[in-house]
Amino acid sequence: MNRRAYRKAKNAIFLSLSLLATLAGLACLAAILWTLISHGLAGMSWHLFTQMTPPPGNEGGLLNALYGSGVMTLLGILIGSPIGVLAGTYLAEYGRNSRLSTIIRFINDVLLSAPSIIIGLFIYEIVVVKTGHFSAIAGALALAVLAIPVTLRTTEDMLNLVPIGMKDSSAALGAYPWRTIVSVLYPAARSGIVTGLLLAIARISGETAPLLFTALNNQFWSTNLNAPMANLPVVIFQFALSPYKEWQNLAWAGALIITVSILILSISARIILAVLQAERSSGR
Amino acid sequence: MAIIDSRHAAKQLIYERIFRAGTLVAAILVLIILGGVAVSLMRGAWPAARHFGFSFITREIWNPVTDEYGALAPIYGTVVTSLIAMALAVPAGFGIALFLTELCPPLLKRPIGVAVELLAAVPSIIFGIWGLFVLAPVLQRHVQPWLIEHAHSIPGVNKLFMGPPFGIGILTAGFVLAIMVLPFIAATMRDVFDTVPPMLKESGYGLGATTWEVIWNVVVPHSRVGIVGGIMLGLGRALGETMAVTFVIGNAHRISSSLLAPGTTISSSIANEFTEAVGDLYTSSLIALGLLLFLITFTVIAAAQALLRRLEQRVPL
Repeated sequence: MNRRAYRKAKNAIFLSLSLLATLAGLACLAAILWTLISHGLAGMSWHLFTQMTPPPGNEGGLLNALYGSGVMTLLGILIGSPIGVLAGTYLAEYGRNSRLSTIIRFINDVLLSAPSIIIGLFIYEIVVVKTGHFSAIAGALALAVLAIPVTLRTTEDMLNLVPIGMKDSSAALGAYPWRTIVSVLYPAARSGIVTGLLLAIARISGETAPLLFTALNNQFWSTNLNAPMANLPVVIFQFALSPYKEWQNLAWAGALIITVSILILSISARIILAVLQAERSSGR
Repeated sequence: MAIIDSRHAAKQLIYERIFRAGTLVAAILVLIILGGVAVSLMRGAWPAARHFGFSFITREIWNPVTDEYGALAPIYGTVVTSLIAMALAVPAGFGIALFLTELCPPLLKRPIGVAVELLAAVPSIIFGIWGLFVLAPVLQRHVQPWLIEHAHSIPGVNKLFMGPPFGIGILTAGFVLAIMVLPFIAATMRDVFDTVPPMLKESGYGLGATTWEVIWNVVVPHSRVGIVGGIMLGLGRALGETMAVTFVIGNAHRISSSLLAPGTTISSSIANEFTEAVGDLYTSSLIALGLLLFLITFTVIAAAQALLRRLEQRVPL
C-alpha cells in the first residue's frame, strides 16, 4: 500500500512539473507579447509611416527603415525562392532517391539551422569586399541565402503530397516530366508552395545579424540598391541600445510592427497547411 | 500529323532538358553555398591564422590597440551560455512535449502546440530587447541577489555566483537562450513521442503502470535517439544565436569564474565589433571567430540530423 502511495505521488509530481513547464513556456510568450504591446503601442503614430529615422534627441518615424526592409525582403524572396522551388522539384521528382539528393537534403537541413551571422560573413566576403562597399543588394543576397532552405524543404514536402495518380495520368497522356511538373504538380501543390514562401518571408524579415555588415544601415531615405540601406531590424538594434528616449520609443514601435507582421505570416501559413492536411486526409 | 508530332516532340524534349538542368543546377547550388561559406571564411580567417597560429584559440587576450587577439573568451562564453540554456530548456522542453502528447485535453492540443511554435517564430532581436529591458532587471533585483546570498557559504558554488548583480551577463544570456531554443526542443520531442506505437503504451497501462511510469519506461526508451537529436538541434541553435545574446551578454572579452559577470560569445563579438573593426588583422580575427563558430555548429547540427534521420524525422521548420 505504501509502495502504491509512493508511485502515485511520484506520478503526480512529475505530471505537475510537466504542466508547470508548459505554463512557463506559454507565460514567456505572453510576457514578450505583453511587453511589446505595452511599450510599442505608446510609440505608435502616423509619423512612423511618414517620417524618416531622426537624429539623436529628435522625433521622427521609421519610413526609410520600413521601405528598406520591404525592398530587401522582397528581393531576397525573388532571388531565393525560385532557387528553392527548383531545387525542391529536383529532390522530389528527378533525383528522388539518388545519392546526390540524399546529400543535398542533408546539407539543406544543416543550412536551415545554421547561424545566420555566418551567412552575413559569407556575403560580406564575396560581395562587400569585392565591390568595396556595403549595399542593399548584399543584404538582399544574404536574405536570399536564408530563404532557400525554407522554400526548398516545403516545396519538396508539398510535391510529395500530390497523389501519384495525377502524375501517372499526365504521363499516360504522353507528357514529358517537365510538362507534368509545370501543368499538373505545381498547380496541385500551389497552396503548399505559397505556404513555404510565407514561412520564408517570416523567417527573413526579422533577421538582423546577416544585415549588420551587408546592408549596414542608413539614416536617410535611399532607394539606391548599390548603397547602404536602412532596415527595421538594424534600426531596432541601434535605437534600443541608445540612451535617447525618442530612439528607444521608435525601437519598441518597430519591434511591435515586425513581430505582429511575422506572427500574422506564420499563423496564416499554419492555417493553410492545416486546411491542406485536412483535405488530403479526407481522401480527396 | 506525324511531321507535326515529331517536331512537337523534339521541342518538348529540349524543354525537358532545359527544365531538368535548371532544377539540377538549383539543387547543386545548395552544395555550392555551403562550400562557398567554408572557403570564404577560411580565406578571410587566413591572415589571423597565419599570424597567431594555434595560440589563437588558447589565448584570452583581445586587444585592438596592440592588435593581439585570442578566441578563448568568446569560445568560453559561447559554450557556457549554451550549457546554461540547455540545462534549463531540456527539462522544460521535455515537460512541454510530455504535456502535449500524453496529458493535454485534445481540444487544447493544437492551440498550445501552435503557441509554442509561434514562440519559435519571434525574431531573435525581439528576445534581445525583451531580455535587456524586462528579464535582466527582474534577474538583477530578485534572482541574482538570492543566488549570491545562498551560494556564498557553499564552497565551489560560491565562485559561480560572485560579485555584484549586474543584471546582464553570462547567466542572463543563458536564460534568454533557453527561452529561444525551448520551442525547437519541445517541438522535436513532441514529434518523436508521437511516433511511439500506442500499443506499447497501452501494454504498460494494462500492467498497471502510472502515466509517469509509462512515460519513463516505455515512451522515453523508445524515443531515445530522437530525444538526443532534438537536444543537439537545440544546442546548435543556442551556439549560433546572435542578436538575443548581444543585447544581454555585456560584451567583455574576459573569462570570469562568476556566471553573473559580463562576458562575450563568438557571435556577439562579431555582431558588435565587425563594422567597427579597423585593420586587416582585427577583421580577419573576427572572421576566424566566425569560422570556429561555423565548424562547431556544423558538427553539432550534422550530428543532430544524422540521429533524427535514423527515425525518418526531420528538423521542424
